[in-house]
Amino acid sequence: MNRKSEPDVFIVADNVLSPLGNGTKENFAQLKKGVSAVRLHKNNEISDHAFSASIFNDNQDIYTVSDRYTKFEQLLIASVEEAIAGREINIRDKKTVLIISSTKGNISLLEREKNSPELRQRIALSTSARLVGEHFGFQNTPVIVSNACISGVLAIITGMRLLREGRFDQAVICGADVVCRFVVSGFQSFQALSGERCKPFDKLRDGLNLGEGAATIVLSVNKKHKGKAKVKGGSVSNDANHISGPSRTGNELAFAVNRAMTDAKVQPAEIGFVSAHGTATPYNDEMEAKAIALSGLSDTPVNSLKGYYGHTLGAAGLIESVISIESLRQGVILPSLGYHQHGVSSDINICSSVVDLETNNFVKTASGFGGCNAAAVFGK
Amino acid sequence: MSASNYITSSSAISDNIVFKDNKPVFENQGAEVAELLLSVYQHFGFNYPKFYKMDNLSKLGWLAAEVLLQNGFKKDDYRPEEIGIVLTNANSSLDTDLKYVETIKEFPSPSVFVYTLPNIVIGEICIRNKFKGEQAFFIQEEFDPDFIVQHVNYLLGNDILKTCVCGWVDLLDQSYHASLFMIEKENHEGSVAFSTENLNAAFGNRI
Repeated sequence: MNRKSEPDVFIVADNVLSPLGNGTKENFAQLKKGVSAVRLHKNNEISDHAFSASIFNDNQDIYTVSDRYTKFEQLLIASVEEAIAGREINIRDKKTVLIISSTKGNISLLEREKNSPELRQRIALSTSARLVGEHFGFQNTPVIVSNACISGVLAIITGMRLLREGRFDQAVICGADVVCRFVVSGFQSFQALSGERCKPFDKLRDGLNLGEGAATIVLSVNKKHKGKAKVKGGSVSNDANHISGPSRTGNELAFAVNRAMTDAKVQPAEIGFVSAHGTATPYNDEMEAKAIALSGLSDTPVNSLKGYYGHTLGAAGLIESVISIESLRQGVILPSLGYHQHGVSSDINICSSVVDLETNNFVKTASGFGGCNAAAVFGK
Repeated sequence: MSASNYITSSSAISDNIVFKDNKPVFENQGAEVAELLLSVYQHFGFNYPKFYKMDNLSKLGWLAAEVLLQNGFKKDDYRPEEIGIVLTNANSSLDTDLKYVETIKEFPSPSVFVYTLPNIVIGEICIRNKFKGEQAFFIQEEFDPDFIVQHVNYLLGNDILKTCVCGWVDLLDQSYHASLFMIEKENHEGSVAFSTENLNAAFGNRI
């Protein structure tokens, strides 16, 4: 592997836009206080039954631009806007690329509007990506990642690689998804939703919560950013086992984690914490715990942020990476909200309180339908 | 990174014709999509009961992959993690999304919902062939051979993969087009260079 010429990939700006607030620092402060955005909702537009989820209030100030954009696009735009505000980021540079991550984008339009060729065009992710790109003046065709629940992490890995090989100098990576009837009814039909706030890795965990939100990471290879946090490595794998159930062994996610650490040139002992996918479904957390143990990270503190935000689908990997990058900066590891009693067979170290820990690296993992797994290593 | 990789095999399904290495190998004019997909399955004598559970997008991609991997691809030359899949399309899983929305009105169907993600077709091909390497699904307004060449060359050039199935699998109602390529580092008999031109030529191979 000839990696000598590959540049460092710096994280030069970021944002989390969630019901807890708009801005990485604002969100991080809430999480540190143990605030969760997950609430019980009674909303007939979304579900006939009450459901627990993290959803924006109608009066929340996320709609910053004109209503020619859908809620999904507004989230993307507002997140990128906050991330780049006041920073010298040349969006119009020919060597800057926009990468969009989403699982279902504008799918809620199908629930309300009549099926027509125009509607289908409006729903296409490439339409949203083009609108967001034009809004900011990006010069290149956006790259769109739609790969189930690993979309966000895969988008970051894709951005890192595009920069490493010199195709671009700067990548603005943004992900969003919206909670709507389409998605809620689907997860309900799988009996995958918990009636309460979810409990990742806990003995009593009984399913996930859905959430909506957006996040942005701006990557750059410009050496002037030396000293900032970096994306150091990443890897993707497939279980080749089942389209809606994870691997029984965790071998494939472990392969991705190991490969990501090799790519980042770090040893397991140098990893300060793991930001897990931790959806709080019985099978996901069990598989993930096995994979973490297989990767030599049994003693490493692990958290899942799903108890704060729910599962934000195509935004999840980005939101959780950005919050964890902030953990790295502040030297504070967040607890896995909802975890009380160890509920996975592997003896891994789930973080249950705020821990002050200066560390240089963390691993972010994600897994999803279709048997996909992704892992990325971030560090100083 | 030198781009000395090869298209060692290709397959396509479009306009009711199945192509292997740019040559038509089966044709069923007049058939609707579902009928066509079933007739391809039967014509080639495939035996894989899970096929019947798949949505049309997965059936299309799965069939194109079966044709691609038939006669020639030596899977045993590679470890499962060395084989990857990179697919693209324009309409994501919209064909099944439309069907799923109909089920919501009565009784939301988990077996339909699971196919409302474009990367499920990658999962189906991986399960069938025990491919465990890198995979990615990108949405693009139209077939973008430049992007595919660059992306797959990166994966092969950095030894992230040794071989990769890549291409386009798109389906919405009655319009569909699958065009898949097997990319390897070794030149085989009949291989052509892994280039934008050769991808375009195979993609546009319609009669």
